Amino acid sequence: MITGLTGLIAFQLVGELLVRVLDLPVPGPVVGMLLLFAFLRIRSYDDSGSIVRAGSALLRHLQLLFVPAGVGVVAYLGVLGDDAVPIVVAIVGSWLIGLVVVGWTAVGLERLLGRPRDDLPDLPDLPDAPGTAS
Amino acid sequence: MSGLAEAGDAALEVARSPLALLGVTLGGYQLGRWLQRRTGGHAVAQPVLVAIVVVGVAITVLDIDYPDYRRATELIAFWLGPATVALAIPLHRQASRLQGFVVPMLVAVAVGAVVSIVSAVWLARLLGAGEDIERTLATKAATTPVAIALTESLGGIPALAAVFAIITGIMSAILAPATLSVLRIRDRRARGLAVGAVSHGIGASRMLREDETEGAFAGLAMGLSALALSLLVPVCALFLF
Repeated sequence: MITGLTGLIAFQLVGELLVRVLDLPVPGPVVGMLLLFAFLRIRSYDDSGSIVRAGSALLRHLQLLFVPAGVGVVAYLGVLGDDAVPIVVAIVGSWLIGLVVVGWTAVGLERLLGRPRDDLPDLPDLPDAPGTAS
Repeated sequence: MSGLAEAGDAALEVARSPLALLGVTLGGYQLGRWLQRRTGGHAVAQPVLVAIVVVGVAITVLDIDYPDYRRATELIAFWLGPATVALAIPLHRQASRLQGFVVPMLVAVAVGAVVSIVSAVWLARLLGAGEDIERTLATKAATTPVAIALTESLGGIPALAAVFAIITGIMSAILAPATLSVLRIRDRRARGLAVGAVSHGIGASRMLREDETEGAFAGLAMGLSALALSLLVPVCALFLF
């Protein structure tokens, strides 16, 4: 576990270093993620590696790690005041528009380029109507 | 009687210690996981949301300032960096699915970044928010550190940018899978991509629970979207403001 965590921190460190040196506009951990991805591909790592085990354990509890920052929302809700309605509408509206555009663009281009799809088997919330011949 | 008051003071002192705040955070998260299991994975029962509510009530009752709470729980927040690095792992396992998806992915993330910036600013303007709020909303699809840095350079309110990014993430964790199904977006890669692009790591954490392919592409989309937003926010700002 400690070996794996050390490895993850090492990749983050190299990421932070590259961000500083090359003045990249992304956070160090994101660069670390891309570096680790390249490393895992090159070494064709399997699931028994220490980094994979430690990383998977962290990812299982990813939501816990957002709690300290998330509590800041509680501290700031009061100051939104008069702007609350435009803020909520802008956040919800822009989120929905973004989701639709990214999803449809990706699926549309796949179809346009004739790439194979990778669909979910059957959506539990959208069952086929019983008795429909297909 | 004075002994009782002393004991009460001692209890309050312990309750306000960093250790207790860590305990409340972990306890709130465990409660969230328990609720998630009990409700059969109901969308609203996101452990992050339950934990935030529990901690929010606790620090209000104990009269603890948010910066003090934040310092006490640095131990937890620290691991967000290594966990972000670890998002390479599901992507590695799913790497074969990248084939034939690279072009759709890059185009979709870039288009999504522009749409997300412009729609947030225009909606806020339409409803009469102040210009500093508009500038702060422009970056809310980015992962928190990027949202803060971009808002700073844009002249918005950095602390509020983190709040908007987190609200977006939690809302997306609750609503995104069902919304995508209503929209008939069934391709796992596209589903993950859309969620990661508009709602960063918190959205990705939900997708990781749903399906490894969705989670892997959500993690990648978070990184690509951070890059796209960093490059495109200054460009969009030229015609938006």
